[in-house]
Amino acid sequence: MLADKDRIFTNLYGLHDWGLEGARARGDWDGTKEILAKGRDGIIDEMKASGLRGRGGAGFPTGLKWSFMPKESDGRPHYLIVNADEGEPGTCKDRDIIRHDPHKLIEGCLVAGFAMGAETAYIYIRGEFHHEANILEAAIQQARDAGLLGKDACGSGWRFDVHVHRGAGAYICGEETALIESLEGKKGQPRLKPPFPAASGLYGCPSTVNNVESIAVAPTIMRRGASWFAGLGRENNTGTKLFCISGHVNKPCNVEEEMSIPLKELIEKHAGGVRGGWENLMAVIPGGSSVPCLPSSICNDVLMDFDSLKEARSGLGTAAVIVMDKSTDIVRAITRLAQFYKHESCGQCTPCREGTGWMWRIMERMATGEANIEEIDMLEEVSRQIEGHTICALGDAAAWPIQGLIRHFRPELERRILDRHLGAAAE
Amino acid sequence: MSEHFEFTAENMEKAKAFIARYPEGRQRSAVMPLLDLAQRQNGGWLPDGAVDSIAEILGMAPIRVLEVATFYSMYKLSPVGKHQINVCTTTPCWLRGSDEVVHACKKSLGIGVGETTVDGKFTLAEVECAGACVNAPVVEIDDEYYEDVDAESMARIIEALKRGEKPASGSQTGRQTSAPDGGPQTLTGDVTVKSVKKSKPGKAKE
Repeated sequence: MLADKDRIFTNLYGLHDWGLEGARARGDWDGTKEILAKGRDGIIDEMKASGLRGRGGAGFPTGLKWSFMPKESDGRPHYLIVNADEGEPGTCKDRDIIRHDPHKLIEGCLVAGFAMGAETAYIYIRGEFHHEANILEAAIQQARDAGLLGKDACGSGWRFDVHVHRGAGAYICGEETALIESLEGKKGQPRLKPPFPAASGLYGCPSTVNNVESIAVAPTIMRRGASWFAGLGRENNTGTKLFCISGHVNKPCNVEEEMSIPLKELIEKHAGGVRGGWENLMAVIPGGSSVPCLPSSICNDVLMDFDSLKEARSGLGTAAVIVMDKSTDIVRAITRLAQFYKHESCGQCTPCREGTGWMWRIMERMATGEANIEEIDMLEEVSRQIEGHTICALGDAAAWPIQGLIRHFRPELERRILDRHLGAAAE
Repeated sequence: MSEHFEFTAENMEKAKAFIARYPEGRQRSAVMPLLDLAQRQNGGWLPDGAVDSIAEILGMAPIRVLEVATFYSMYKLSPVGKHQINVCTTTPCWLRGSDEVVHACKKSLGIGVGETTVDGKFTLAEVECAGACVNAPVVEIDDEYYEDVDAESMARIIEALKRGEKPASGSQTGRQTSAPDGGPQTLTGDVTVKSVKKSKPGKAKE
């Protein structure tokens, strides 16, 4: 188990003061000026060496992403945008960072913003997180009052400020270009890329969008060194990670653990095990609703990291582990996700707008067994027509859970259809 | 014909502060906070007049404001109950019994999903992932999250709201935020790096 001394989010459960005094006692805002003194390249090199991969789902190397920002401004301001629009089913880690450790995020904004030549950061937080946003705004004000933000942030000579922008209930705004559109005061509909945000993002200016957790771990990485972070987990899958364990476990919880911890160990050590014991496990969605589920046979030895889960044809995503025991109606569980994506599709691309509805309706009939056997292949086919054919990844995210279901639970789909048809014939 | 709407003087000051968060000439970015502000002033929903008023303040065509107001699920374009009960029914909550929670709401309120009680006190809705999945099932009421809810605690919460009380939000089973039931298994020691007196955790002021 990861030792407490190697945990970054030391107030994960909110047992202590979230305010500046408490944050400082836990080591935040310590030597920030010296971190900035390493210079833009120094910070980016350290972040690259740490091996940190983005914590929002895609797993893109954070240091590399920062290096895409122009080295010199052409007159346009640069922006750092923090994605706190947490809404991937299963995921509730950024909420804990914001309400219990907001200063880690704010200090991270300064470090990341400085490294990218940005004087302004916007934190886009989902509207439902009302109290969390209030805490964040209060913490930002504390940082301003203490001179940690402002004209001469931390005495570094760098001008920097952070603003909060509240969303209003649209999952799609977690997609970085939809988020930028929303921040500009428009409907949250994704933009075509290129241009990528680092070339033309918010207000047409160079911008980088990072997840809350990616930004909040940056100051600790800078303080403790890239080698400390890189020494945790496996190669290419380094560091610590916040895991959210929900569903059919005895003790659902959030926990910070070492990357690459075996899934079974994570569930048994931290979440009190699967309800009814490990043998009672049916399936796990290991990385938030957008990744394919894994049957129990794979869950026995899979590691919780990007590469291991990719090998298992799923993904680490946001590291939100949704556990389903043998009492689960797995078809109904995935149908509910299909309904979610249908509801959240922004409607811009036809394959997603129409396809998510199609998939949901077929799934409803699969759940009751009213569908026909041939429709299983048709459903798979529809999902392939959506995947890769849309501007953003929501289409893929809608397709993958269904593909995972067909891949691993096809006999269950067939059984329902046959039962229903035999039942109808008997009547 | 649109109903007249005007920000109160106090809210107008707040609106200006929101606009100031964005660069000169980019005041349109404040459309979301202003819609929220108008909705709060107007008892939880947005009359046409609010859309027009915000369009004027921000120098936008009213259709551009309306487009935003209709895109996001938290903006309501018709009257809603005094308390909005939003039950999350997405898979992680569903796995932990959100169906029973919805049933308890219907029974206590005597209305269906998407309906408002005749006294105008409650609107019941099912919502997509609330982002508090390790504390499922989760119910959002007004600005509060009620977590680890079941049919019994849900009925209790609604009865308290009917009496005009404000039931305590957070975990209804009494656990510490997102820590496992029975208390944290990690971070149990001293987490400070310096010997500074700890102050008590508290809520931010509105």
